[in-house]
Amino acid sequence: MLDLRTCASLSEAAGILSGDRQALLIGGGTLVMRDVNEGRLTEGTLVRVTDPALRQMSTGGARIELGAGVTMAAVLANRDLAFLHAAARAIGGPAVRTMATIGGNLFAGAPYGDFTVALLALDAQVVLQSGYGSGRAVPLEDFLSARERGGQGLVTAVQFARPQNPAEFHFRKISRVKPKGISVLSIAAHLPLSGGRITQARVAYGAMAPLPIRARGVERALDGKPLDQSAIQAAKQAALEGCRPATDAIASEWYRREILPVHLGRLLAGEPR
Amino acid sequence: MLELRKDLFADERDDNLNVVGKGVQRQDMPGHVTARTRFFDDHAFDGMLHLKVVRSPHHHARIRAIDTSAAERAPGVKRVLRGADVPVNKNTLLSLINFGKDDEPSLAVSKVSYKGEPVVAILADSEAQALAARKLVRIDYDPLPAVFDVEETLKPGAPVVNETYPGNYFEYHERFDHQKLRFGDVERGFAGADIVMEHRYQMSPIEHAPTETNGSIAAPEQNGRYVVHSCAQGLFFALGTTAKIVDVESNMLHFIGGTVGGGFGGKVDSLTEPLAVLGAMLTGRPVRFVLDREEEMLYGSPRGAERIYVKDGLMRDGRIVARHIRSYFDAGAYTRLSSYAAIKCTAHVPGPYWIPNVASDIYVSYTNRCPSTAMRGFGVTAVDFALEVQMDRLAEAASMDPMEFRILNAYRDGDMKPHRRAAKNTALVECVQVAAEKANWPLSEQAKRASSLLGGGAGDRAQIPATQLDARGQIGRPDTRSGPVTQVLPAGTSRIAPSKQPVMEGARDGRAAPTQVPRYEPQRPAAPPPPAYQPAPPPYQPGGSYSPPPAYQPASPPPAPPPPAAPAQPQHGAVRFSSVFGTRRR
Amino acid sequence: MAKLPIQFRLNGSDRATFVDPASNLLDTLRRGLGDFGPKYGCGQGTCGVCTVLVDGEPQLACLTLAVSCEGRQIETASGMADGPHLHPLQDAFMDHFAAQCGFCTPGMLTAARALLAKNPQPSREEVVEAISGNICRCTGYEPIIAAILAAASGTSVRRA
Repeated sequence: MLDLRTCASLSEAAGILSGDRQALLIGGGTLVMRDVNEGRLTEGTLVRVTDPALRQMSTGGARIELGAGVTMAAVLANRDLAFLHAAARAIGGPAVRTMATIGGNLFAGAPYGDFTVALLALDAQVVLQSGYGSGRAVPLEDFLSARERGGQGLVTAVQFARPQNPAEFHFRKISRVKPKGISVLSIAAHLPLSGGRITQARVAYGAMAPLPIRARGVERALDGKPLDQSAIQAAKQAALEGCRPATDAIASEWYRREILPVHLGRLLAGEPR
Repeated sequence: MLELRKDLFADERDDNLNVVGKGVQRQDMPGHVTARTRFFDDHAFDGMLHLKVVRSPHHHARIRAIDTSAAERAPGVKRVLRGADVPVNKNTLLSLINFGKDDEPSLAVSKVSYKGEPVVAILADSEAQALAARKLVRIDYDPLPAVFDVEETLKPGAPVVNETYPGNYFEYHERFDHQKLRFGDVERGFAGADIVMEHRYQMSPIEHAPTETNGSIAAPEQNGRYVVHSCAQGLFFALGTTAKIVDVESNMLHFIGGTVGGGFGGKVDSLTEPLAVLGAMLTGRPVRFVLDREEEMLYGSPRGAERIYVKDGLMRDGRIVARHIRSYFDAGAYTRLSSYAAIKCTAHVPGPYWIPNVASDIYVSYTNRCPSTAMRGFGVTAVDFALEVQMDRLAEAASMDPMEFRILNAYRDGDMKPHRRAAKNTALVECVQVAAEKANWPLSEQAKRASSLLGGGAGDRAQIPATQLDARGQIGRPDTRSGPVTQVLPAGTSRIAPSKQPVMEGARDGRAAPTQVPRYEPQRPAAPPPPAYQPAPPPYQPGGSYSPPPAYQPASPPPAPPPPAAPAQPQHGAVRFSSVFGTRRR
Repeated sequence: MAKLPIQFRLNGSDRATFVDPASNLLDTLRRGLGDFGPKYGCGQGTCGVCTVLVDGEPQLACLTLAVSCEGRQIETASGMADGPHLHPLQDAFMDHFAAQCGFCTPGMLTAARALLAKNPQPSREEVVEAISGNICRCTGYEPIIAAILAAASGTSVRRA
């Protein structure tokens, strides 16, 4: 049977998670309780953290830090985070958003995890705490690639630089059910313009691989170019580089490959979905 | 919004309707909005056990051994059920009306025939305990070759899915391998047609996905009976099925239900009631058996997928003169209601159109897939999809407007149907006219003047043609159950090649989806077709007196409708809709 | 495994029970306390029939760890009416035929209640967004949207 440990501090929770391979952190519950309800998770210990530090947000400055327990609803209620509202609103309906956390979204398997796609395009860092030590920050991409192995410790927060111009950050989720459906795919792009040219483009996809991925081909095609028709064309041609989308109940691999360049082109051109 | 078109069939409707067209509060609405409505799961019982089943991970496999000892020792487990515990462990739903042979176990004993088939049931104090114990059951399987295709399964040497029906087809009246319909002579019709067109249509299984999953609660009553709160759409159907399987008189079961959280046909199979009652009988405790969402989606029976071949003979003026339909209904591993679906399908052929030569052969095929069942017009909706896509293709081939093409071929009152009954209360013509009007779709004046009341039952249209027999004196039994699509055409007919890939066909696993949807290109006849609706002498004269619908004759004023032809035989059966339509048409 | 005590306010009354450590709020409400208003539809957060309010915020009871509700205010559709007087949303749902099988109705009402508490005059788009996590498989969305808009504008009839 499942046991439950309620921890008042982050370090206590991190200690349990380091010492017990069958221990699992439960945040908002949208991932863990599903496995409990469906009988996949029947043994081990659920670790619950009541430490308010997990829900802290630091959003006023150039560097933003969001506690892993911050919910999508809390992101939507914060005006400093307006550039992330589209991504937060893409997560479930209102009742899911009051529960689903930023930390939990980092663990959602494809085709879920749309908010993580936005974080990837923001070059976010994940703050991890192992045992009773202090936290360390690792790039989100590195965190994701090590995710399945586990044992990275407790995710306590994510950090990223605020986009200098929020209008240069874009997010789109493509789903077939309106207004709310599971992702066929999602795209996030941060395209800072400097002197009329894109510098350090960051483009990320959800549901185009087992994990959220960076679209490095697209980034290369855009870097140093003005955001014009020829750059968009080049980006579309490079759109599928590195993609390994799945065929699942939402869409086939073929369909995802077909529509990704179309939606990427529309996003870059500022056209409606 | 509901719109009553009083201009149509005005003399056939009673205008003193009390409810139709008026807003009337439903008696169950206060319960719904106050959350006081009690669905099957909204009942509390002290000491209730929770039942979960162990399902087959294989599509087709022999069961070599089942070890439930660890599960029986698991915390909270009160009882483990196997096939041998089920008093009558073979049933078919329609056995209640003596139709079909018992073919489906409640819990598989010697083999499993679809992925998800229940093998063992666990009863525990809590749902979590039942789920944990479920993992401890050890079943040793010997996988068997599986078959998933409705035509492959009918070929010699195919794996036997269901031992009760070793040919992998449902046997009607224990003799016939399909449902057959013959009217006139389709081969002669094809021979005389200007264009012969055949296409293949493939449907997918569709899950009902009710918001309330299938389930029931059974509990001992104080008088030796058992009360059962059930989601069943057919409560007494579920009662009879359960009584048979647990082998008690039906008056020992007290079924309560009728409040269903969405059914759509997916709650007629008695998926949970027999095991819940059996569990309550064997433990003396209330037992709740509810499918979770994953089980509902994967193993709640879906609408059966059908493969449908439609072959038509078409004249250049737009008349369909022959139609042959061959269809395979995918029953999955067990019969459930598929045998009935094929009967409904046959009764629906050839669609709402008068065609002088009609044949159909409808099979129920067993495959190693989840058994399928009823869903909203099952047996009819799929063939309608195929027929209406085919109608669009035929209209294109005849260079006709698809709406007008349907009006031209629609049944009129008095037309003889292939089932040897005269059509009555027909209304397709008016439906198309209204649909065209709503869609701002231009119709010709002739089409606008057409009426279901005009032209039906004239000449051949009221006659039952002689049924063509084959050399063996049978009504055209095909040599193989899965013959080739294309048969040799008579000389002088042109064939429109079937599309290389029918439009609705996707790869079943979605992996190799088509890179482009083939577009059907009609093969135009060399000579321009005669203008539609010209009352030219019809080139095809099956019985010698073919009568096109008079509404299409460019005559003004339109000719008076011919008197309805008297049916060749006395009409049998109830006059449908008689309470609504009173003494009306035919 | 020892059960854990839990206490919270349910529809304005103090309630207490014992739960398994990993129990969800839905089972606790339904099996533990006998409030059958929230339903089980999926157990995975996609259907919305278990929607309840926790301290005024909509949450899915099937994914909510029961012990996390210690000391909270829980409100369900069962407690919407004010004694014999229906809530305006309940009136509006009756007036607009906004239920077919009725299974999604408690969750729909609760989602709508959460919306109107924060946004008494929502636009149609806001209504659609508010019920976007609630599935009506009978596909009666249009009457439901109309009912919520009518309740917001105060045009539905109040029933005793």
